[in-house]
Amino acid sequence: MKLELEKLAVSLRGEPPLPLIADMSFRLEEGGTLGIVGESGSGKSLLALAIIGLLPGGMQAKGRILLDGRDLLGLPESELCHVRGARIGMIFQEPMTALNPAMRIGDQIAEGLLWHRKLGGAAARAEALRLLERVRMPEAARRFAFYPHELSGGQRQRVGIAIALAPGPQLLIADEPTTALDVTVQSEILDLLAELVAESAMSLILISHDLGIIAGMAERTLVMYAGTRFEEGPTETVLRHPLNPYTRGLLQAMPQRGLPGTDERDRRARRLASIPGSVPQAGHLAPGCRFADRCAMAIPACRPVEPAWRELAPRHAVRCIRAEALL
Amino acid sequence: MNAPLLEARGLARHFRQRGTHRVLRAVDGLDFTIEEGSTLGVVGESGSGKSTLARLVMALDRPTAGEVIFAGENLFTQPSHRLARLRRGFQMVFQDPYGSLDPRQTVARIIAEPLHLDPEAPRGTARRARVTEVLNQVGLAAGDADRLPHQFSGGQRQRIAIARALISGPRLVVADEPVSALDLSVQAQVLNLLMDLRDQQGLAFLFISHNLAVVQVLADRIAVMYRGRFVESGPADEIFRRPMHPYTRLLLEAEPRIDAPRRQARSSAPSSRGEGADNWISACAFAARCPHATEECTAGTPAATAVAPDHLVTCHYAGQI
Repeated sequence: MKLELEKLAVSLRGEPPLPLIADMSFRLEEGGTLGIVGESGSGKSLLALAIIGLLPGGMQAKGRILLDGRDLLGLPESELCHVRGARIGMIFQEPMTALNPAMRIGDQIAEGLLWHRKLGGAAARAEALRLLERVRMPEAARRFAFYPHELSGGQRQRVGIAIALAPGPQLLIADEPTTALDVTVQSEILDLLAELVAESAMSLILISHDLGIIAGMAERTLVMYAGTRFEEGPTETVLRHPLNPYTRGLLQAMPQRGLPGTDERDRRARRLASIPGSVPQAGHLAPGCRFADRCAMAIPACRPVEPAWRELAPRHAVRCIRAEALL
Repeated sequence: MNAPLLEARGLARHFRQRGTHRVLRAVDGLDFTIEEGSTLGVVGESGSGKSTLARLVMALDRPTAGEVIFAGENLFTQPSHRLARLRRGFQMVFQDPYGSLDPRQTVARIIAEPLHLDPEAPRGTARRARVTEVLNQVGLAAGDADRLPHQFSGGQRQRIAIARALISGPRLVVADEPVSALDLSVQAQVLNLLMDLRDQQGLAFLFISHNLAVVQVLADRIAVMYRGRFVESGPADEIFRRPMHPYTRLLLEAEPRIDAPRRQARSSAPSSRGEGADNWISACAFAARCPHATEECTAGTPAATAVAPDHLVTCHYAGQI
């Protein structure tokens, strides 16, 4: 299944409306993996909600969200309900809040099968057990009747993945699926997601604030900042040769482990490269480039107008007038 | 050599689980020292006991066994007025810059709070001057003193929390996940600030985090904590260059890296954290998850073994794996 966003914009209704996401376009091919990276306030979770049509009331999406050529924004709620259940699956950050605490996990997985695949009760339960085994839940048959609180965080997230997979979606959106988990459990869950995507033709959108996770999972990477796209390209290129000073700043701010420790004085003199200031809030954006106030490479020309989105290399595009300086 | 600034001996904190006879060994026999001006980084996953350790070192909780000696004084044998005075010497920074600042108090009041308990603390204009001084030390302006927490970003709030920790002129700061709630671009600013304070004021830190890379930025020594015990400890560089405990290696391998190749579509492992791992009191706590575990590992508790000067590994096969 192919997903194309064309000039998607999300705003909060009001006089005047408050823009939250602007000029988001990308294309995700069938079976492709796209990593969306951004700090808090960049709009990445809102983007995910817009794609599955679950924007909070009071918010409005404009532009086009094309699923195999059909615009989801024009669909009536009844049809959209079918699309988001059966064709798009979503995994949330906090598996405890995404699951129903008063319902056995097996029944929660079976629920989607009853609805979307029109299975009977017994068939749905059998399929739910198969899914629970599929996400490598240890002792799946026994845990089938467990409630969420009886499981560890990683096991809960496996249930969340099984629920998302139940209707057989062609696109999986995972919004910070491992942020609440320990690093060793995170690694297991990411392995599982990589395996699921590789063995089916399912496409994956993985949203994360962690560049290391994106590097391990996504063919292409989209960097968001303050509600819009800043850079998009093949993951290796974006992470090794970023064309946006913001992407470069993020990479340099990452604490690198295992730097050779020369002597103690050198080690203690080291400082991290940091980006001054903080991410601006919606409604407090200066005109021009949204990052200019924090950017070490900003020049007067960055301020008057917002830089255009432009392709500088094959399938590698950027929103920055100074990108050539980083080539 | 001078006596260490902080010393923990056989430190343990056990919790009895309500309605059962089971005992949760949150901290289970830790020995360590922190020298003046140096930083001990403690790394561990959730449930490893690292926050309980922080509370013990801060004398916010009493140990089941063992002692904490700060500047030569045992914290748990002091009368309360003497403990209150000793507290000037050690302060804490918490993880959540939203939850740890009272939203109804001005920044000046929040920062000056540790002084309220101290009868010898400066008052009036002298206190006000001291607030300005620490605000400047953390990169905020004197004018910020009269504002409220909600007027600040997450990174600035964490600076306020650091200023509060500094006001009494401590020699040790216990920082429990101080940058975990911050965005990457802001995290680097706060880590740099902590390093500046260490260098300019000779502050020592007990720096606690689940993130090895973050700990490594600041720590001179690192201790890896698992189920209440240190499984490995040593100089920071040594731990990263030659990790010896299987758990340390697991942590290092699990950490996402931007220079790592993409995950292969190999068959993934089942969830590793089942139950049934509670009977490890007379076993290596990590045995249930350890790829190298043998019968010996479930038969007896391993002792800390020095594999290099100052590099301790608590493993039956220390140095052999």
